[in-house]
Amino acid sequence: MEKDQINPDFKVLIIGGSAGSLNALMQILPQLPVIKTLAVVIVLHRKSTDDQTLEELIKLKVRSNVKPVEDKVPLLPGFIYIAPSNYHLLFEKNNVLSLDTSEKVNYSRPSIDVSFESAAEVYKGKLAGILLSGSNADGTAGLKAIKNEGGTIIVQDPNSAEMPFMPNHAIQNTTPDYVLNIQEILQYILSIDK
Amino acid sequence: MVMIEDIELESLINEVYEYYGFDFGSYSRASLKRRVNRIYELDGFTHFEEFLSKVRSDSEYYKHMVDEITVNVTEMFRDPSFYTVIRNQILPLLGSKPFIRLWHAGCSTGEEVYSVAILLKEAGLLHKSLIYATDINAKVLETAKKGIFPLRMMKEYSENYRDSGGKEDFSNYYTANYGIAKFNEELSQKMVFSQHNLVSDTSFNEFDLIFCRNVLIYFDNDLQKRAINLFDESLSMLGFLALGTKETIKYSISQSKYKQVEKEKIWRKIK
Repeated sequence: MEKDQINPDFKVLIIGGSAGSLNALMQILPQLPVIKTLAVVIVLHRKSTDDQTLEELIKLKVRSNVKPVEDKVPLLPGFIYIAPSNYHLLFEKNNVLSLDTSEKVNYSRPSIDVSFESAAEVYKGKLAGILLSGSNADGTAGLKAIKNEGGTIIVQDPNSAEMPFMPNHAIQNTTPDYVLNIQEILQYILSIDK
Repeated sequence: MVMIEDIELESLINEVYEYYGFDFGSYSRASLKRRVNRIYELDGFTHFEEFLSKVRSDSEYYKHMVDEITVNVTEMFRDPSFYTVIRNQILPLLGSKPFIRLWHAGCSTGEEVYSVAILLKEAGLLHKSLIYATDINAKVLETAKKGIFPLRMMKEYSENYRDSGGKEDFSNYYTANYGIAKFNEELSQKMVFSQHNLVSDTSFNEFDLIFCRNVLIYFDNDLQKRAINLFDESLSMLGFLALGTKETIKYSISQSKYKQVEKEKIWRKIK
């Protein structure tokens, strides 16, 4: 079923973060109008218990629809998707999301690298990846993959991050297209959602 | 990181089918590709042709590859709230039966099988239960049979157990020794382990409760349909099917045949 690649006519924005990133998102998301042409995917390090707290919290703060991520849900523009706890989130070539319970990567499941790499393979130049605050090295390899496939990579300015380790690690090991503070990240998202 | 190409993955799938009759064609590609990539890298291959020829010519290596590319990560009492529902709602409904048959399809190393055995024991039902546990991977079944799990996991498992409503001292269920926890034989006495392949094998018994959690996520919709229909054939009337928290039967079988248990990923066969 995944054999025929349907070339999507929409852009995908994938946002990864760990410690301190929820705070950043809570400043960005409420200011975002209803998204139009983008599909937004959020991959945060979170506790492994299957609770919906993160989904509920984000739902309260955004104007756009949050689609619950289940096995093989279609990825559609205009919606926000949140990687569920205790699964890796992957992207299939027929524009559906899939899940995987395999080993943790960078001590994390969901792992940002896993989702970024998988999204990069499918969405290539139509993908933008943003890496937010965190105190773990996850995300750097994923950003590299996005860049290699022709996508755009953005790292939160470490000075604006609660936990600068993750952004710093990415800046040292990749060539970000942009290093942006929270307000600038918001402006960037607005600029690509046309 | 080396990344194999899509076309290479497809040629592996074709060759495996041709040489060994095993069909990975209906596996979700994103996960399968990561798994093949992982084993390719772990085993130090640098040319795909070389890997392919090893798989073709060495059946032991082929088995090893299948064991490694199928995902075998499992936990005891994963999603404690799921086990609360099994404990408080499902087992009491099965308790009136003279005999209870359970099937764990894709049981991997057995952590979930032992979790359910603990629930059955605490409900006073283990003595009249028979638990079938199957997987395509012979190696993981050996581990499951022994009931030996890493001791370092016990802290997390005992928390999960407590969160699921467990009231006993979790450490009573195993003996700790040199980094391992060996679960009591009382729990495994009622377990039968055997190899079974959801892609190609048929129904082999009738069950009151079937668990297949986080297995269907690796299948495409066609294969999910096949598996769900296999479970349907294997379920007694009013029997239950329990899937993973992100899985559904919705796209695989007529909704009128099943009634979902509240918002849980548990369905009861009503037709």
